[in-house]
Amino acid sequence: MTETAHPTKWKRPPILIRDARWRYAIYGGALVYMVLAIGSVEVNWIRVYEGLERGWRFIQGFLQPDFTTRWYDIRIGLIESLTMTVTSTVVGVLISVPIGIGAARNLAPPVVYLVCRAIIALSRALQEIIIAILLVAMFGFGPFAGFLTLSFATIGFLSKLLAEDIEDIDEAQAEAIRATGASWWQLINYAIQPQVMPRLIGLSLYRLDINFRESAVIGIVGAGGIGATLNTAIDRYEYDSAGAIILIIIVIVMAAEYSSSHVRKWVQ
Amino acid sequence: MLRIEGLSKTYRTGDKALTDVSFEVPAGQVVGLIGPSGAGKSTLIRCINRLVEPSAGAVHLRDLNVTGLSRSALRQARRRIGMIFQEYALVERLTVMENVLSGRLGYVPFWRSFLRRYPGEDVAKAFQLLERVGLTEHADKRADALSGGQRQRVGIARALEQDPELLLVDEPTASLDPKTSRQIMRLILEICQERNLPAIINIHDGIRAQSFTQRIIGLQAGVVVFDGPPAELDDKVLTRIYGEEDWTAMRRGASEDDEEDAREREERLAGLV
Amino acid sequence: MPVSTLNGQPAWAHRTGKARLALWAGWLGLVALFVFCWEVMTENTIWDFVRDAPQQAADIGSRMVPPAWSYMDRLWWPLWDTLNIATLGTLMGIIIAIPVAFLAAQNTTPSYYIARPIALFIIVASRSINSLIWALLLVSIIGPGVMAGIVAIGLRSIGFVAKLLYEAIEEIEETQVEAVTATGASGAQVINYAIVPQILPAFAGISVFRWDINIRESTILGLVGAGGIGLQLQASLNVLAWSQVTMIFIVILATVVVSEWVSAKVRHAII
Repeated sequence: MTETAHPTKWKRPPILIRDARWRYAIYGGALVYMVLAIGSVEVNWIRVYEGLERGWRFIQGFLQPDFTTRWYDIRIGLIESLTMTVTSTVVGVLISVPIGIGAARNLAPPVVYLVCRAIIALSRALQEIIIAILLVAMFGFGPFAGFLTLSFATIGFLSKLLAEDIEDIDEAQAEAIRATGASWWQLINYAIQPQVMPRLIGLSLYRLDINFRESAVIGIVGAGGIGATLNTAIDRYEYDSAGAIILIIIVIVMAAEYSSSHVRKWVQ
Repeated sequence: MLRIEGLSKTYRTGDKALTDVSFEVPAGQVVGLIGPSGAGKSTLIRCINRLVEPSAGAVHLRDLNVTGLSRSALRQARRRIGMIFQEYALVERLTVMENVLSGRLGYVPFWRSFLRRYPGEDVAKAFQLLERVGLTEHADKRADALSGGQRQRVGIARALEQDPELLLVDEPTASLDPKTSRQIMRLILEICQERNLPAIINIHDGIRAQSFTQRIIGLQAGVVVFDGPPAELDDKVLTRIYGEEDWTAMRRGASEDDEEDAREREERLAGLV
Repeated sequence: MPVSTLNGQPAWAHRTGKARLALWAGWLGLVALFVFCWEVMTENTIWDFVRDAPQQAADIGSRMVPPAWSYMDRLWWPLWDTLNIATLGTLMGIIIAIPVAFLAAQNTTPSYYIARPIALFIIVASRSINSLIWALLLVSIIGPGVMAGIVAIGLRSIGFVAKLLYEAIEEIEETQVEAVTATGASGAQVINYAIVPQILPAFAGISVFRWDINIRESTILGLVGAGGIGLQLQASLNVLAWSQVTMIFIVILATVVVSEWVSAKVRHAII
C-alpha cells in the first residue's frame, strides 16, 4: 500500500442551511433581534430587589402552606372547580361526538363538513380566557360562565381529534360493513365506533385533566373556581394560603394524570 | 496480550450469563468465539471493556488489570480496545467523518471534540482509514444515508481510528446479506493481518468461524466447552455446543459459500488486472 | 363467553350478563355524578342573568362592531412586547429545561433516588400551574411589566419542554451510546456524540412547538399586569370600550395564526 498524503483538516458540512450568505443573514438577524428584544425589556431593578423578599416569603409559604385560615374559601373554590370540570367535560364530549363525525371528511357531506370545521376552528382560535371574558360579560360572574367556557373549549379540542381519528380509520373495515348493505347509522355503529371508541375515552379523560387545570385559571377573570380564590390570596399577599392552593392544584393534577393514564391503558 | 481469569457475570435478574471463563489471547491471534444465541458471547466481549461490569474474575490487558480500574483509567483502557458492533451502532445522524473521528474521543479533550477540531494527524488517519475501507467519497454523508455494508465499514474505521491493541468484534455480519457478510469478514481479517492485531470475533455460525480463525472458543450456557484450533472442531464438539444438527449438510453449504467467495475474489482480481 | 345455551339452542348476546350489568352501572354512575355536580355548581347561579344573556350578547355584539381600526396605532408596541415575552420566555424555559430533562431521564440521571424525583417534581409543578397563575404570582413578587411575563412564560415552559425532552432521551438507541462509550469517551463526550445527535430533531420540534403555544399565552398575560397586548385588553375592558376589544381580539387572532404557520413551517423544515 502506498502512502499518499491525506488532508489534515476537515470541516463538518453545514447541516441546515447550505448557502453561507443565508446562514450568516439568519444568524445576524437572530442576533439583532435578541439585542433589540432584550434592550426593550424595561426592568425596574429596585422593584425587583424589593420583590426578592416577597419571593422568599412565597417560597416559605410554599414550603409551609397554610390550609386552615382560608379553608372556607378554598373549599368553595375547589368545589366550583371540580363540578365545573366534570359537567363541562360531559357536556363537551356529548356535543363533540356529532361535531367530530360531521367534521370527518370520509363520513360527512361537504356542507356539514365545512360548518363543523368552522365551529372547531372558532373554538380553537379563541383561548379559554378570552371566551371566559365574553361569557362572564354575558352570563354574569360565577361558575356557570366557567362551565360554558370549558364546554366550548372542549368541543374544539375533542371534535378535531375525533375527526382526525375517524379520517384515519381502516377503510377496509368500513368498506366491508358498507358491502353488507348497512345504513349510515349502522356504519357508524359497526365500523367507526369500535375503532375510535378507546381513543375517544382516552381523549375525554385527558380533556378532563386539562379542564381542571383551566378551571384554575379562568377564575382570574371572574368565571368562578379555585382561580378566583388564588387570585384573592395573591392580591392580599397571603403567600402561605396561595402556596396551599397551588399545592392542592398540583396534587389534583398529578392524581388526575396518574389515574387517567391507568384508565387509558386499561381501556386500550 | 489479553488474559481472562475466572470471569463470571450474574445479572441482577439472577441469570447467570458467564461462569468461570478463563483464556489467554497472544498477540496477533484471531479468535472465533462461537456458541448458540444466549450463550453469553456478547456478555463476554462486553466484560472485557467493561461495558458490562463482571461480577467476578479479572481481565488483564498486557500488564493492566482492567477490572480494577477507576472511571478515568477505564476510559484510557477502553481507547486501547477497538470494538465493532452487530448493528453497526453508528451515530446515525452524524456524518461518516464524525463517526470515524469519534474513535479519538478517548484521546482528545472535550473542547476539541465539541468543536470538531481534531488534531491534524487524527484527521489524516481518518481519511486514510476511509480510503482503506473504500468510503473516501462518502466522508461528508450522514451515516444513515449509507447501506448496511458501508455502515459496517465505517464501524471498522471507527474502531481502527482508536489505534487499538485489541479488537472486539460482536457478530459483525448478523444484519448483512451473505455476499456483503463475506466482504466485511474478509476486510476485518485482512486488517488484523496487516496490523498484527489480535481480535475476538463473536460469531453465531460455528462452521463459518472454522474457515477463517486461528482458534475457536466454544461457549455454551456461559461455560467454555471448547478451546482449540479450528481443525479439532468436529461434529461431536459442534453437537455439544449447539445441540443436534445435520453438520454434513451445513458444511456443504459453507464450502459452497467459500467457493463463491473464491470466485468473487478472482473476479475482483481479474477486474483489477 | 357471550354464547350461552338457552332452551337447548345456542344463544348469542353482545355481552355477558355481568359485563352488561357493569356497563349499565358505570353509565348510571356517570349520569348521577353529572347531575350531582350540576346541582352543586348551579346552586348559586342567578338564572335571571342567564335568561338575560342573549340580550346582553346582542348588546355587546352591537357595540363590538365595527372594530376601532384606528386603535391599531397603539397596539404595535404591546405586540412587540408580546413577541418578546414569548420568545425570551421560551429561551429561558429551554435553557433551564435541558439539564432538568437529563436529570429526569432514566438512562442519563446521575442518581435515580435523589436527582430524578426532584427533576420530576420540578416538571410536574411547572406543568400543573398555568402561565397566567405564574404571572399573577410574579407580578405580585417582582412588580408588573414585561419581565414578569417573560419569567412566567419561562417557568411554565420548563415542565413542558423538559417532559417531552426526557421522554425523547429515554427513547434513544442505547447501542449508539454503548459504541461511543466503548471508544473511551468521557460522560460529556458521550452526551455530545451519542445522545445530542439523536434528540436534536425532537428538541428543535419541541422548542418551536412551545414557542407557538407561548405566543398564544403571552397575549393574555397582560390581564394580570405582566405586559404585552393583554395590558391593552384589560384597559379597554375596564372602560367597556368594546370596539377596541374587538380590535385587540383581531390582532391576537392574527398573531396566533401567523405563529402557528411559522411553527408548522419550521417544524416541517427540521423533520
